Amino acid sequence: MKNNLLEVRNLEKYFEVSSGIFSRNKSIVKAVDGISFDIPFGSSLGLVGQSGCGKTTTARALSLLDPKTSGTVNFYNEETSSMQSIDELEDDELKKFRRNIQMIFQDPYESLNPRWNIKDIILEPLNIHNIGNLKDREEAVYEILKTVGLTPPENYMPRYPHELSGGQRQRVSIARTLIMKPKFVVCDEPTSMLDVSIRISIMDLMLNLAKELEVSYLYITHDLAVARYMCDRIAVMFNGKIVELAETEELLNNPIHPYTKRLISSIPIPDPSYKRERYELDFSELNNIIASNSNESPMAEVKSGHFVATHDVKGLL
Amino acid sequence: MKNILEVKNLSMSYNTIDGEVEAVKDVSFAVQEGESFGIVGESGCGKTSVAMSLLQLQADNGKITNGQILFDGKNIVQLNESELRSIRWSGISMVFQGAMNSWNPVVKIGEQIREAIREHYPDKSKDENTKKILELFNIVGLDSSVIDRYPHELSGGMKQRAVIALALSCDPKLIIADEPTTALDVVIQDQILNEIRKVQEVLGLSLIYISHDIAVIAEMTDNMAVMYAGRIVERGPTKEIFSNPRHSYTKSLLASTPSVVGDKVKLKSLDGEPPSLINKEPGCSFAPRCPYKEESCNPLREMELIEINTEHYVDACNAGNL
Amino acid sequence: MNNEKNIAKNIRKASIKKNWLMFKKSKLGMIGLYIVAFFLFLSLLQPFLFVTGLWNKGIYDPVVGYSEQFQDFLVVDCPKEYPTEKYKSRTDCPARNEINIRTLFYSDAQVGETIYQNLQPAPPSKKHILGTDPLGRDVFSQIMEGSQVAFILGLLSATLGVGISTLLGTIAAFYGGRVDAYLMRQSDLILMLPTLPLLFIISAFSELKVWHLAVVLGTIGGLGGSVITIKSQALQVKVKPFVDSARITGGSRMNILFSHVLPNVAPLALLFMVFSVTGAIASESILSFLGLLNIDMSWGLMIYLAQVEGYIFSGMKFWWLILPAGLSVTFLAGGFYLVGRGLDEVFNPRLRRR
Repeated sequence: MKNNLLEVRNLEKYFEVSSGIFSRNKSIVKAVDGISFDIPFGSSLGLVGQSGCGKTTTARALSLLDPKTSGTVNFYNEETSSMQSIDELEDDELKKFRRNIQMIFQDPYESLNPRWNIKDIILEPLNIHNIGNLKDREEAVYEILKTVGLTPPENYMPRYPHELSGGQRQRVSIARTLIMKPKFVVCDEPTSMLDVSIRISIMDLMLNLAKELEVSYLYITHDLAVARYMCDRIAVMFNGKIVELAETEELLNNPIHPYTKRLISSIPIPDPSYKRERYELDFSELNNIIASNSNESPMAEVKSGHFVATHDVKGLL
Repeated sequence: MKNILEVKNLSMSYNTIDGEVEAVKDVSFAVQEGESFGIVGESGCGKTSVAMSLLQLQADNGKITNGQILFDGKNIVQLNESELRSIRWSGISMVFQGAMNSWNPVVKIGEQIREAIREHYPDKSKDENTKKILELFNIVGLDSSVIDRYPHELSGGMKQRAVIALALSCDPKLIIADEPTTALDVVIQDQILNEIRKVQEVLGLSLIYISHDIAVIAEMTDNMAVMYAGRIVERGPTKEIFSNPRHSYTKSLLASTPSVVGDKVKLKSLDGEPPSLINKEPGCSFAPRCPYKEESCNPLREMELIEINTEHYVDACNAGNL
Repeated sequence: MNNEKNIAKNIRKASIKKNWLMFKKSKLGMIGLYIVAFFLFLSLLQPFLFVTGLWNKGIYDPVVGYSEQFQDFLVVDCPKEYPTEKYKSRTDCPARNEINIRTLFYSDAQVGETIYQNLQPAPPSKKHILGTDPLGRDVFSQIMEGSQVAFILGLLSATLGVGISTLLGTIAAFYGGRVDAYLMRQSDLILMLPTLPLLFIISAFSELKVWHLAVVLGTIGGLGGSVITIKSQALQVKVKPFVDSARITGGSRMNILFSHVLPNVAPLALLFMVFSVTGAIASESILSFLGLLNIDMSWGLMIYLAQVEGYIFSGMKFWWLILPAGLSVTFLAGGFYLVGRGLDEVFNPRLRRR
């Protein structure tokens, strides 16, 4: 019985920032400061937080772009039917492993090589991993273009990215990402640079493909409303730590951590008659609480599937 | 209540290598004293072009081809550069998109604001100006020490607040805010929006709020207009439009906005892309994408706003729909 | 799938046309293009004229041709002091149709006599549009030959230089660390060295032919400052999301370097190439002018000859020995520069269409 696709424990990513050319003092920026979560097969987790909270750093670490400082990241290995740490993978195995992890980027204008045509862009993963012969590959490109709604495919294959609109480019990114049928896709705010009316079609496309291909998403966004639409569960990040993690509706209806409450209450509602209650929060106070607590702050399961960072639970329930 | 601004049949186009781009066509609306008016639409709908035309700040290759802009009763379209300069900032001021990043990095914030004040009130002394700036900072929620800080020492939210202070520095009657909170965190955005509302109440200002985020428009504005492909497709009191949207585009926009409250609903998206405004054909620009198209739809029919309720205007095509 | 090929061809045609229109808009670029085209025409004209027999090689060959032009000369004795009745200054004596008795070594002629002599260098005439040089060779033919030399030299050294600097710059950006540090120090070192004195030294050690010069110029240019600029461009490309995307997919470093980073650095490199042709042409003419180059004919050499034979200080009397060559160097070098400026606008669109 397959359980988790991904298990992250105490992931940390620190950056060294030297304060000058001749300075010996190197200050450390803890971009990701010990986060843990699981992602089951075919389920999506939203990672929500404001800029600088560490969500993009997490995304890059999980997609193996930048090496992590410490912590364990275990992926389910089909061949051995068990969880395997990515640290144990050697070069060749690593390359093969990459077939299962992909990433969709935020900026549709910079995530496609402007000198390549659409066909080559989508072909690249197949070429790198030597799947089938040329004819098979071209057919796969043809099919996936149809799947993502860029029809007729032969009109799009010879084109270059600058001839397509933002929404079309994101579809190409999705096609390229999913042509290898990966199990895990990290989505870094893929719709935030698109027009509102187009966002839904891209999000619906991603949801449909997730169901069809049994893909799990780690969906990164600053927009809780989008996370609600896309994800089964949501984790709220602040200052490099996860402060709350729960199923979507549970998190929105019963937030516990003060930061989550503040976040939810700040979101403007598209209804002029809705009276929004702003939850006032003193951020400096919150920083003190988090800083004064020691390194390990495991999360407590307050309700089934609803986790909150422990040092804040006391006195809040 | 008097109308501080009346825009009548404004049309503007840009002359580009690819052809004539009709960015704004036949736009009319009015803003009363103390009122907050919202313009909502997606990229390319013309809302920023409208804003720039109000102050005649459009690019060199753009020009107003038709219409009047009456500020305090006076048509400002025909004014020359020096007359316009006297209106800019002291009559109408603007918070541009991305304004917080256009602070001069080598000049202190206070000095940059003083520069603006000096343009319009050259006789005031430095002390008077400093006092004024500190008052403004108080209103927008900035600490008085900011006056001597450089832009890079401030956070995004603080820079944006300073931009608002700059816009208020010459006591304008009307402020145009073009996506003032787009790049900011939602928590900071909430604070800034609060600040703007407070400023409006305290100073009795009129505000034109431009955004693609319909939720912000819902919260911030008394009246609003929905723009698509350079035209206003629906216009009226904000509450009325949200409870009784008539135009197909307005309905689509509302139906494609996810929300954190209420039931989780399956949202509807729009197919296709906004039309190219280059050498545009006459007729209804929304017809190719309209999900509520009827048998009687005639895409070549020109748009025309009709009043269906008190102050609620919508394109004649949708006026008949219920 | 045939349809797809057609669409691809059309797209390519449309994009070339669009680039051409953009280039056309730049006045500087177009002026430069006309100049370069003109000289290109000249370089191709000469072999054409010889091959078709319109020109007699014996007379018009720029190196070994010889054109006999005899005319009557009045023998005079130039005075020691000026001004005199007849001559206003030293350069006026001997006049066009006169000859100074002191320059006659093998003749018994006396002052006042007329002798039939060879007129070299001859001023422009119907037979020779730009006249002849002191050795009786047609100047116009020499200009055309010089044009060929300039093009070959310029393009060869530019290509070599750009090839080297693009490769090195991209490698420095991509691999970073020690490789980068070494390449940057090397660039700094080369930047420090003044090019011309270096060329003088090299020519002292070995006879420099055009090919040698091209290689030397290309190598020095390639290892120098352009590496730094290309590296900075490559760095910008390296952090773009599509490179990340290729890495995540599993592409090898080499693969990403050549198929993703290089093609995006290429336009800038092309620009550099055009600009470096300017320097190459100028360097060649200076070296030839100083007599350091082992070359049969080039513009710089023409001026060198004029100087060596003492014609430079004769004012405008022998202008056809100096002006055509000098102007050619200036115009062609400048022309390439202008083309580079025009290309700049095509390759660096600040606002990409969205």
